[in-house]
Amino acid sequence: MIGTLVTGFGVWNPLIWIVVIAVALLFSWLIWRCGEVDYEEDAETTAPYLSGNAEPEKGAVHIRAGNMYWGFTKALSAYYDRLIPLHSGIVNDYVSWFLIGVVILFVVVILV
Amino acid sequence: MIANLPFIAVALLIGIAFAMILLKRNMIKMVMGLGILEGAVNLFLVSLGYREDGIAPIFTSAPADPTMVMPTVQALTLTNIVIGVATTALMLAFVMLIYKKYGTVNANEIRRLKE
Amino acid sequence: MNADVLLANLPALLIAVPLFGAFLTPVFGRFLPKIRDAWVILASFVSSAVALLLAAQVYAHGAVVYVFGAAPGTGAVPVDSGGIPVRILFNIDGFGAFMLVSAAIVSFAVILYLTVSQSKRSSRSEFYALYLLLVAGIFGMVSTGDMFNFFVFLEINSLAASALIAYHRNGGLAAEGALKYLIVNTVGGLMILFAIGLLYAQYNSLNMAVIACNLSLTTLNLLALILFIAGLATKAGAVPFHFATPDAYSVAPSGVTALMIVASQAGLYGMFRILFSVYGGVFTSATVGWIVIILGVLSMFIGVTMAIPQKDIKRLLSYHAVSQTGYMLLGVGVALAVLGDVTLTNAFGQMAMEGGLFHIINHAMYKGLLFLAVGAVIYRTGVWNLNEMGGLGHKMKWTMIFFLIGALAIAGIPPFNGFASKLMIYESTFAFNPAIAIIAMVVSILTLASFMKVFHSVFMGPELPEYAGVREVPKRMLAGMAILAVFVIIFGIVPDLVVDTLITPAADALLHQWQYILSVLGGGL
Repeated sequence: MIGTLVTGFGVWNPLIWIVVIAVALLFSWLIWRCGEVDYEEDAETTAPYLSGNAEPEKGAVHIRAGNMYWGFTKALSAYYDRLIPLHSGIVNDYVSWFLIGVVILFVVVILV
Repeated sequence: MIANLPFIAVALLIGIAFAMILLKRNMIKMVMGLGILEGAVNLFLVSLGYREDGIAPIFTSAPADPTMVMPTVQALTLTNIVIGVATTALMLAFVMLIYKKYGTVNANEIRRLKE
Repeated sequence: MNADVLLANLPALLIAVPLFGAFLTPVFGRFLPKIRDAWVILASFVSSAVALLLAAQVYAHGAVVYVFGAAPGTGAVPVDSGGIPVRILFNIDGFGAFMLVSAAIVSFAVILYLTVSQSKRSSRSEFYALYLLLVAGIFGMVSTGDMFNFFVFLEINSLAASALIAYHRNGGLAAEGALKYLIVNTVGGLMILFAIGLLYAQYNSLNMAVIACNLSLTTLNLLALILFIAGLATKAGAVPFHFATPDAYSVAPSGVTALMIVASQAGLYGMFRILFSVYGGVFTSATVGWIVIILGVLSMFIGVTMAIPQKDIKRLLSYHAVSQTGYMLLGVGVALAVLGDVTLTNAFGQMAMEGGLFHIINHAMYKGLLFLAVGAVIYRTGVWNLNEMGGLGHKMKWTMIFFLIGALAIAGIPPFNGFASKLMIYESTFAFNPAIAIIAMVVSILTLASFMKVFHSVFMGPELPEYAGVREVPKRMLAGMAILAVFVIIFGIVPDLVVDTLITPAADALLHQWQYILSVLGGGL
């Protein structure tokens, strides 16, 4: 059948996958359609509810990139504190990494 | 021993070149180091092409029973010299541009792109 | 008759057309500036067409061996040369043809984009000339069968690329990135030339097939192999040789970065060619295979973890390029580790190789698309810092859709193409060593996480007042992105057809070293 990729351990067919997803979306749309229509445009219902506080201006509510994954890098700070300084931006270091790489690879190839 | 002399020179030159590239923080001197590295590789190629009692493959007034040497490595060296000139010129142009904008050629200070 | 002559000389045209186009571009720019852009697009179209035609020829009739300067019908090895091909020759087999297809598609899509995105910049003629030179360098690297010729094209590639990187001076930043890239790649290139000298000294030939035929596993040859791997890994941007890659990619004009992805993959091509076609017959242990696998795993993991905290959007994408290179090295490294063993190669080695190679073309498409989409955002806003962006999806709907397609593909979300190749790599690697497959999956998850951050912070959120005047980019830039997006979707929806027609011949060409030797030497030795 067209689209079937045999990986040697299983198969993957994107066409069947798309059909399944389409059917699932159709069902969820049908279920959504059964719901009650109580939504009114241009009314109080569209305004965000922030515990009764006034809505801040648009620029202030957008979550900027720097705030994302702060926890991730913080949790792995032991790893990042060592890794990031290696990317020092000094071109001499880049060439010495090249030499170190060559020497390590050569020693490994000769010894193993 | 005497036959190995060019290869010892190659090893020395490569050592000097890498020492310059790794230890010198002045970008101009690093580019000079790269020039020496290129010269070392060129010397290596040319010394590979040497054959005792061989002559250049020019048939005009060649001896009766000539041992001619295929000039492959000489061609490689010439090509590499041309490439080296282009590389060095481009690198020096970049160094000049950086000096105009940053006011320095010290590698320790040319690191606005990092991390 | 004329058509036959052209078809017989396609490998020469492959280099001649982009070079001719490149050197005439400044002439057009000087005397007929109005049709200069049209000329550049035409030159790029014709060179891509030549590459695709040549690839079609290879897929239909097997490897093409083209001897420069020989009369038609002459063999690659002249009768009186003592079994050594003295002329430079191009040898395009399944793997080379596959790389040509990838380079042809990306280079044409990118030039459509660049002719618009550069339209407000100065000295464009030289820019386009350098672009076409870079294309010629890539085409040459993936088709030559001669070691020194490979080095020359590698240097053309490095020089043209670094000149293009420095094109938008950007307060000296671009020159800094270009200088670092050029220094590191020159050291790598000279070490490759040294290795070529080591091989020439022993075998008196520069032809890859002749060297492959006579090679033995001596210390000197191992030194040459390591120098080749290190030099080409520098070009490809694999850890620990990757340091200059993000510096260079992040300051280059966005369209150029999209093509430089292909340029770096030409370095990967060289590495695989040396490993399989030249050295493939002599490996007695899996050591070198494991070296490639470890380079791959390091690149994957360090690349993606460095990408997560980035604030500069193009630098983030550049670290992802390092990370994705790791997948290719991993897949091909697994195949190399089990190269001598027919049972294991049939069980998973071939599949790992096909996964790794499939990832090469997939990466060229979706990473090119991502760089073009990000370039479109920068073209309209002039902002690189992710922290300052937001809400652009309201104004740039098409760019957002294209970026989303690329982001889902790189994260390996079905049904896009990244999923198909990653699935092949996971399943075959799992059979080889489950721990590595798990690392690969974790890296994929982190990639998704990182692209959620980019997508959210650039396109989502409320419309920001500072970007009120932003509009969608011109149609021709969208067309360049659309070409790549179409390939991302097609390769994702019918992966089996792509694997059967493009990838399997490439993997076979690498795995069967004798085919490569035979195609040049014709069984004469």
